[in-house]
Parts: sequence; C-alpha cells; structure tokens
Amino acid sequence: MDKRVKKAMEPYWTENFGNPNAIYKEGLIARSAVETAREDIAKILGARAKEIIFTNGGTESDNLAIFGVVKNFKSGHIITTKFEHHAVLNSCKQLEKEGFEVTYLDVGKEGVVNPKDVEKALRPETILVSIMYANNEIGTVQPIREIAKAIRIFKKSGRGKLLSLSLPAGEAGTDEEGNPTESKFSSSVFPYFHTDACQAPGYLDLNVERLGVDLLTINGSKIYGPKGIGLLYAKNGIKLEPLLYGGEQEKKIRPGTENVPAIVGLAEALKIAEQEREKESARLVKLRDYFINRLLGEIPKTVLNGHPTQRLPNNINVSILDAEGESIVLYLDEAGVACSTGSACTSESLEPSHVILAIGKPRAYAHGAMRFSLGRSTTKKDIDYVIKVLPDIIKKLRMFSPVNISV
Amino acid sequence: MRPRGFLLGEPKEGEFDSYGEVGSLACGDIIKVWIKVDKETDKIKDFKWQTWGCATAIASASAFAEMIMKNGGMKVEEAMNIKPKDIADYLGGLPARKFHCSILADKAFKKAVENYRNKK
Repeated sequence: MDKRVKKAMEPYWTENFGNPNAIYKEGLIARSAVETAREDIAKILGARAKEIIFTNGGTESDNLAIFGVVKNFKSGHIITTKFEHHAVLNSCKQLEKEGFEVTYLDVGKEGVVNPKDVEKALRPETILVSIMYANNEIGTVQPIREIAKAIRIFKKSGRGKLLSLSLPAGEAGTDEEGNPTESKFSSSVFPYFHTDACQAPGYLDLNVERLGVDLLTINGSKIYGPKGIGLLYAKNGIKLEPLLYGGEQEKKIRPGTENVPAIVGLAEALKIAEQEREKESARLVKLRDYFINRLLGEIPKTVLNGHPTQRLPNNINVSILDAEGESIVLYLDEAGVACSTGSACTSESLEPSHVILAIGKPRAYAHGAMRFSLGRSTTKKDIDYVIKVLPDIIKKLRMFSPVNISV
Repeated sequence: MRPRGFLLGEPKEGEFDSYGEVGSLACGDIIKVWIKVDKETDKIKDFKWQTWGCATAIASASAFAEMIMKNGGMKVEEAMNIKPKDIADYLGGLPARKFHCSILADKAFKKAVENYRNKK
C-alpha cells in the first residue's frame, strides 16, 4: 500500500472512529469523510457521487453487477468472455445452473475481444454484457468503447429488452412468468454493459461516459490501496437488486456499516493513480518492452502470451516451455523475485490457467506460464537482475525435465 | 530446492535395465524414472529420474530417489511398498491438495519394475 494512502486513512481508525450513520459529531465527521471520498471518486470516473456504491472488493462488485441486474429476471441471456476473472466467470456459471443462457466469447490468439463478435452475440433476450477492461493475467486491453458502441446501436434499433422496473408505473407490464413485456418505447433498455476495471486504474482512462459503460468495478488492493474495499459504479437509473439485506446504507443496495478508513484509502489511492497515470504508464511501457525483448531474446523457447502492445504497461506474461510455472516461481522466490504463474495452479483444482487456454495455447504452455507485474518501485535494475538469475533457473529445470515441447 | 538423483539428458545404451513414465503434458506433471537392478540380490543398483512439473512433483521424485538409494540400494520388493504417504512424510509433510496429483515417483517406479519383470 502507498504510504500516502496509509496516511490519509490514519485519522479514521481511532481519532474519528464514528459510525457514519450516527447523528452525533463523530458520526458526522465519518459521514463527511465517506461522502468526500465518494465525490472524489465520482469526479475521476466522470460520474455522479450517487452512482458510486462501496463494496468489500472487486469480487463483490462483480457479483453485485451481475446478480443485481439479473435478479430482476427469471430467465435471459448474458454475454461475457472466456477469459474473465473468476468473479465474473463463476457468477455466470452459477446463472447457467439457474436457467440463464450465457455466451462465452472467444478472445482470439492475442487475447482481445472483437466488438463484431459481441454484436453478433446480442439477442432480444440479452440482459447483460460483462467484459473486462484489461485481463488480469495477460494484461490485454479490451476495446470497451467499441463494444459499448455496438451495444448502443443494438439498443437504439429497439431490438433489445425493456424492463418495466425502469419505467414509470403503468408504462410496461410483466407476463405470467414475471418477465417484463414489450412496451411502446422504441429504444431498448437492455442489455446493460458491465466492465470489470480492476486492472485499469493508473494505466487506462476511467471516464465512464467516454467508455460508455453502465456498470464498472474497481477495487482497492490493485491500486496501492487497502484490501477489502471496492466500488461499483452503477449509472443513474440502473435498477440493481441487493445481494445482502440489512440497513439503508449505500441506497439499500449494499447494507452494512461503511468501512470508513478503507473508503478514504480507496479514494486516495485512486486519486494518486489518476494523477500519476500518464507519466507512470509511459515509464512502465518502456520497461515492459525492454523486459519482454530480453526474455524472448535470452531464454530459448519462450513465447509471449497476449497482444504485444495492446496490453497494460505493467504486465508481462510468457510461457517458458519445458519448465513448469510453479517450480520457476519458487526458484525465483529464493532469488528474491516475487512473481506468479498467473494460473490457478495453487488453487484446489490445480487446473492450468483458463486465460492461456482461452487464447488457444496448448495446456503445456499454460503450465509454463509466468506473469511478471511491474510496479511503482520497479526499475530497470530490477529487470536486469531477473534476466541475470532467470536463465540459470530455467537451465536447471530443463536439465531434469523429460519433455521437449516444440514451439 | 536442490533436487538429487536426476538424470542429465538421455541414458546411455545399457545404462539401465528398465524405465517407467507417468503423467501427461495436459495435467501438468510428467515423471520418468530409470532403474538398474542387481540380478543376484534383486537390489536396486541405480535409480534416476526426470520431472516436468510443480515443486511437489520434483521434490517427491528427489525424495524417492534418496529413500531407495540410501544404504546402497533397497530391494525391489521393499521399494515397491513405499507409499505416497511415506514420501510425503520423508519430505516433512505436504499440503493435502498436492498429495494425489503430484506424488508420482512411486507410480513411475512401479511401472519401471513392471517393465523390468516383463522383460526377464
């Protein structure tokens, strides 16, 4: 976490510990901190303060966006991609069990969704499109604006669904199954467009108007902010059903006493990320490309996963063949380098990365996938160090590896 | 972090009596083992392995090699009795989810012995 963030949070642990829902002085101080944070965040997103809902993190925000929209329906169609974060993917899988239809779009060899594929997948019964802004494993940036445009054109043509809930009483009804019926309006209300933007702050434009999204997820821990805090932007007029029931906090959409220090921290982290975005991105793009070139040039049988340039400035993901990801991670850890396989190999299933498989690479490539993330403190010296130690580690692992995969 | 008992490159002609292999590229672990057996005593004279896989797969192969080669080599029958749990205990315990999929040395060894017995 950024020290500036920690400093901003400090007064709200013990000094100003009030419950923001109370009307005594301490409560008002806490309330003011929460609302200031909300306004600061709204400004960065180009949104209105009332469109920001605080949650406990990215996973909850994704779940709220998906189930919160879908709960208004008994059936319907959802479009997402094959390489979403599990918070979205597993939510969609659950909805399939509940009778919803889901289209999982291909992401091509480079890991970038084609807006034309979204266009083709749209149906009259589509209620939600959820496509991530940037992939968390391979860092590829998705054409969110173009996808939003395709959805907008579809809606304007009136081919989409209308929901009675978002219309004044009497404007539309529901059929015997409780699904909204068509109305006299020519432009459709659905589908809503959600994007998981957890990887984006600090690197990509977050303006929701320019992006053209209805719902957007951000979390704290990816942006040098606190863990256990996130937000969902929900455009004014979007009808969301809560996942939790309780008090009236966050417009009853997310009840529970607000996590005041974390909310303040999230706002501070987002402000810093936005302030430093251009300069830091430019610095990291150079480092990223330098790192990729040296990895591919100096370690034989290494391939880059994902589009070479349409990717986050801080992401490097390569498959190093004939060596396995976890062993590389542990040897690098011993050498003082923290990186990850980017695969779920540490999870219960031990399945290789669904992202690497989604870009059409064989399973053996997925098992050798390595993800390096650059950060604010990463320098060229750090990269040179990795390039100094990594080739020997790979040589060692290949030395006792019985496989010889052809590139 | 310092695996022992692995084979560098391809074995030489006649260096071993038999070999066994388990796992697949798809599942993420492959282990190959080679054995040389003393025909008189049925003791394992040499055992070498190669592994592509996670740390547990590598460590369990290395541990298995140590277990059967200490004191000048175990008898084949005795080595056949080594269970995944014995390897895990030798390593000081392993996470439960790594147990079944990653301890492959004993299985590869059994295949090698099977091949050896069939050859005779």
